[in-house]
Amino acid sequence: MSNSMITAENLTKRFGDFVAVDHISFEVNKGEIFGFLGANGAGKTTAMRMLCGLSLPTSGKGTVAGFDIYKDNEKIKQNIGYMSQKFSLYDDLTVKENMRFYGGIYGMTNDFIRKKTAFILHHLHLEKEGDVLVKSLPLGWKQKLAFSVAIFHEPQIVFLDEPTGGVDPVTRREFWSMIYQAAELGITIFVTTHYMDEAEYCNRVSIMVDGKVEALDTPAQLKRTYAAASMDEVFLKLARKAVRGE
Amino acid sequence: MRTLRFLLQKEFRQIFRDPSILRIILIMPVIQLLILPWAADYEMKNIKLAVVNQDGSEYARQLVNKITSSGYFELTAYTASYDEVLREVEKDNADVVLQIPVQFEKKLVKEDEAALFMAVNAINGVKAGIGSAYLRSIIQDYNREVRLEWIQMPRFSTETQVAITSSNWFNPLMNYKYFMVPGILVILLTMVGTNLAAINIVKEKEIGTIEQINVTPVKKYHFILGKLIPFWILGLLVLTIGLIISRLFYGILPAGSFLTIYVFAAVYLLAVLGLGLLLSTYSTNQQQAMLLSFFLMMIFILLGGLYTSIDSMPEWAKWITRFNPVSYFIEVMRMVILKGSTLADIKSHLLIMSGFAIGFNAWAVISYRKRS
Repeated sequence: MSNSMITAENLTKRFGDFVAVDHISFEVNKGEIFGFLGANGAGKTTAMRMLCGLSLPTSGKGTVAGFDIYKDNEKIKQNIGYMSQKFSLYDDLTVKENMRFYGGIYGMTNDFIRKKTAFILHHLHLEKEGDVLVKSLPLGWKQKLAFSVAIFHEPQIVFLDEPTGGVDPVTRREFWSMIYQAAELGITIFVTTHYMDEAEYCNRVSIMVDGKVEALDTPAQLKRTYAAASMDEVFLKLARKAVRGE
Repeated sequence: MRTLRFLLQKEFRQIFRDPSILRIILIMPVIQLLILPWAADYEMKNIKLAVVNQDGSEYARQLVNKITSSGYFELTAYTASYDEVLREVEKDNADVVLQIPVQFEKKLVKEDEAALFMAVNAINGVKAGIGSAYLRSIIQDYNREVRLEWIQMPRFSTETQVAITSSNWFNPLMNYKYFMVPGILVILLTMVGTNLAAINIVKEKEIGTIEQINVTPVKKYHFILGKLIPFWILGLLVLTIGLIISRLFYGILPAGSFLTIYVFAAVYLLAVLGLGLLLSTYSTNQQQAMLLSFFLMMIFILLGGLYTSIDSMPEWAKWITRFNPVSYFIEVMRMVILKGSTLADIKSHLLIMSGFAIGFNAWAVISYRKRS
């Protein structure tokens, strides 16, 4: 098996006349933190949903964790974690109950669930909140918790769709340190974001404009190519070409 | 199987944590069953009667007396002027007008024949129909009494009479509550089942948790079973509460066995829950789901034989009722409770309902997509 965890080849999604994702091709390597950038409406979420098996591509090829995204989408699901833009833990369940539920439906053993839950609670300093309903937690904690739950079953890849939206800078930093820890465990990270400082944390970055991947390289190389001082500038130079509004 | 256990555990936790669901399940049926049967009354009482008495004779008084003492009529106007009474009708103070014309007694005595005039306010068709029928039968009764009084020598009756003795099978006292309560219970069960299932899934759609489930390896049928089973149990609980209320407050004890009712209800709930699941797959938010289910509920109730007899519907409407699961359950409930029908008697109903259950659920499983 090759070193690439995700491959996309001319992946396309049309909604009627509207081409949301237009022949995008890229590869993501094992253990990599891959930043998937783009303005609102550029097609990031749609592309990600196709890779996760939530949306059927119109054309093109793709594999995730070595499985074909058309045929083996259910096998892919065992190997990935996903954190959507919408907060997706159950508000009316406690922190522990959420972990038990998501661990359980991924087929984790009771023993594994118990140990992992204790580990995560300890790690997030939420030992006291284990039996608290999720709805009573502040947003920053919820997001960190959602990430922990997304990688609870130790997937090979985790897809994060704007995980730090609406979160304060301190929590964002903590969140990224969690992402780094996950990457160190060998989990491949596929993350979309609007924050350009976060793009700097990624190993490689792709920038989508109007459904197409306009640029793909390391942050340092991108800055050189576009003669920009920061990722912010790179993004602005590319995104300005966009025709689609929000 | 293990996946299903986790799904069920989660579902039950959420249900018992949600006070509104518990209210719907426990309090709604109690209130509805305590109030509705009294209001949904076929017996006509308090029919507002206006009498135009232009005769003022002894016979006329006797007649009015007989009518008002029947208990069905409430005398709202008693006058000699027809115009005055018409105004009462316009003000909705009179449902039925009885006019006793001038020389009523005289004609009755001398000519053996007298005419009465009856006018009915037919805005409420049911009330008008039943009211005039009551009045007619009281007058006929009166007529007979008068005739009997006039026959001098009763050795050979000059009048041939056919007397009818009737007995009401299965519901000897014609207690309409025996008839209504089981029907209302069916409607309740249908609403609870369809709405709870539909709303629950659509809520997960709205919150976004369903998408999270869709990226997990949870199989479609696991997910759907995880939703069906808890609401199926809740439905049977509602039925039990309903049957207890029927017994305690209306003294309704099925002539048949509870087992028959529960067996049918078990299959019925699967059908109704399947319908709820189906509605949820076609709705993106709770309003849509509610409106869809409200629309169906109207049809189910009006074409279900609860208030109106299916036998007297036009052919095309009868044909529609065959696709209405409610009509089967209402019929089965009445058969079992009043007639004591057994499982063997309701076999065909049970088969058809199984068809509904399989059909709705299969359709729901097919139209529920993990991938769009």
